Amino acid sequence: MNLAEQLPVLPVIIPLVAAPITLLLPQGRAPHLWATLISWLTFAASIALVRMVNDTGLISYHLGDWAPPLGIEYRIDLANALVLALVSGIASVVFAFAYRSVRVEVDPRQSTFFYCAMLICLTGLMGVTITGDAFNVFVFLEISSLSTYALIAMGANRDRRALTSSFNYLVMGTIGATFFVIGIGLLYQATGTLNMADLHDRLAGQSNRMVEAGFAFIVVGIGLKLAMFPLHLWLPNAYTYAPSAVSAFIAATATKVAVYVLIRFFYSVFGFDFAFVGHAFTYVLLPLGLAGMFIASLVALFQDDVKRMLAYSSVAQIGYMLLGLSFATVEGLTASLVHVLNHALMKGALFMAVACVVFRTGSHSLQAFAGLAKRMPVTTWAFILSGLSLIGVPLTVGFISKWYLLTAAFAAGHGYAAFLIVASSLIALVYIGRVAEMMLLREPPSEGPYAIPLKEAPLSMLIPMWVLVAANVYFGVRTDLTGDLATRAAEALMLAAGGAP
Amino acid sequence: MERAILRVTTKIFFAPIILYALYVQFHGDYGPGGGFQAGIIFAVAFILHAFCFGLDQTKKALPQRALIVAMVIGLLFYAGTGVATMLLGGNLLGYDVIVPGSTHHAGQHYGILLVEWGVGVTVASTMLTIFYHFTGREPDIDQEDW
Repeated sequence: MNLAEQLPVLPVIIPLVAAPITLLLPQGRAPHLWATLISWLTFAASIALVRMVNDTGLISYHLGDWAPPLGIEYRIDLANALVLALVSGIASVVFAFAYRSVRVEVDPRQSTFFYCAMLICLTGLMGVTITGDAFNVFVFLEISSLSTYALIAMGANRDRRALTSSFNYLVMGTIGATFFVIGIGLLYQATGTLNMADLHDRLAGQSNRMVEAGFAFIVVGIGLKLAMFPLHLWLPNAYTYAPSAVSAFIAATATKVAVYVLIRFFYSVFGFDFAFVGHAFTYVLLPLGLAGMFIASLVALFQDDVKRMLAYSSVAQIGYMLLGLSFATVEGLTASLVHVLNHALMKGALFMAVACVVFRTGSHSLQAFAGLAKRMPVTTWAFILSGLSLIGVPLTVGFISKWYLLTAAFAAGHGYAAFLIVASSLIALVYIGRVAEMMLLREPPSEGPYAIPLKEAPLSMLIPMWVLVAANVYFGVRTDLTGDLATRAAEALMLAAGGAP
Repeated sequence: MERAILRVTTKIFFAPIILYALYVQFHGDYGPGGGFQAGIIFAVAFILHAFCFGLDQTKKALPQRALIVAMVIGLLFYAGTGVATMLLGGNLLGYDVIVPGSTHHAGQHYGILLVEWGVGVTVASTMLTIFYHFTGREPDIDQEDW
């Protein structure tokens, strides 16, 4: 076996083969160690892949030696190599973090199933990102979604509402997937191909009702999956009642992968020749992105449950990504890609901090955070630092995102959008500030359910959490890493889409 | 002898159903059929058994734990074929390397046979697991337990 030749398929095949083996392991520590090891291997393969793409450019891998467009092709450029590294990186941190948290939150008899589902979810997300085949995207999207439904439902051990929120997500997610596959079907009917690059060539100059309807179905379908503002209703409950480790994993990865799919379809499949892309940017993504930024942030302000607050904040942050995307410039696309990466880092760290609080207090309501700085200082500062990153304070990744987004807004002639971005960041300051005030300034409760003696969270949770917090600062200072790669990815996407460089 | 006709019919039909499943399975590589259909038919034999003799008897013949192992083995059969072709120097699921130098792509024939076998085992055990869980479901949760 030539490792370099087979490298492109490894990030998908490693977790895929490992997932069923998890089921044969004994209950207890073994499934967790196995899943963590596999996530690290996957991460290593993804990093190797990023380096390879960086050196040699586009990689095309033919599954089963069938040449595209007939066979399934894995097509890796900088844009999806970055997302692959992000997803597997988050997985390697969250899987390592999960053990203690999962042991108290999930029924112990389900621990093998839990880690198996986590690995399948990872496989699905990696597959969606890596593939160059439109139908394959649907298959992997369903693989990741189905395992996510099961993972969210496992939160029922602590709160039965996890079952209804999982079912709600199942209904909405399935509608999304159905719309997506109807869209793919219409495109297939119009062109006779499913390969993305081939679709792009054959769609050039075609603009009829069937392609337009296909486009609309795909945008709405993916919009449901990525929780685009009015289609986000499944998200808050799903993130709130899922086991904390699952919330951290899917909040940092699932919606990001969906944003990537949207970018891929807009830029690599349809391109700017297709007039609807421009319309969708101007009349759909721009207003919905702006509306999401504000309305979801305002809703987040009034939540008494920290996990639900972070969930609404995620909807708002997706607004930023859609906004950057809708400028249809290299700067905007770069801002969007950078924010995909950075938001994963900050939301992952925030949800992990909440998971530590849940581990000790058993609750994620705002009251449980009172006086936490005195009782769990390490967790408190992790939350505050990643919260600052979410707001966009300099020296954190959040600042880099906002900076790229603001420059892009001015460059694209949407100066008003720049002011709105700053304004909605101020709302983020308020809702993170509420939690920070609760943790720093309030006295620990002397009576009530949270008046229990608390220790700091165990090291097995603190270390992975601080790795992610450190990444928030590191990538906030070393902007050349993510920024340059994202700029080059955006330029390549823009070139393929036929837009102005 | 209660329901004697049902019992005898089930016993007579059981083996031919499995034989038919195997026929569909091994016919599936170049003709209509294949692992998915075969797996369903295979599971149907056991579902018929459960209808007639009760779920407990079927679970004695084919315990839940065995089904999980079968699911895993089936999937690993499929994925393992892919990994094996990688180790032999081809791409994932590039069956031609199984019989190198074949003039009529014999490797494709063997490869699909192995993969379909994995599909069949997984589908049969998954169908039965779903059936076990639906029919063996505990009564509804008490309002108090919510």
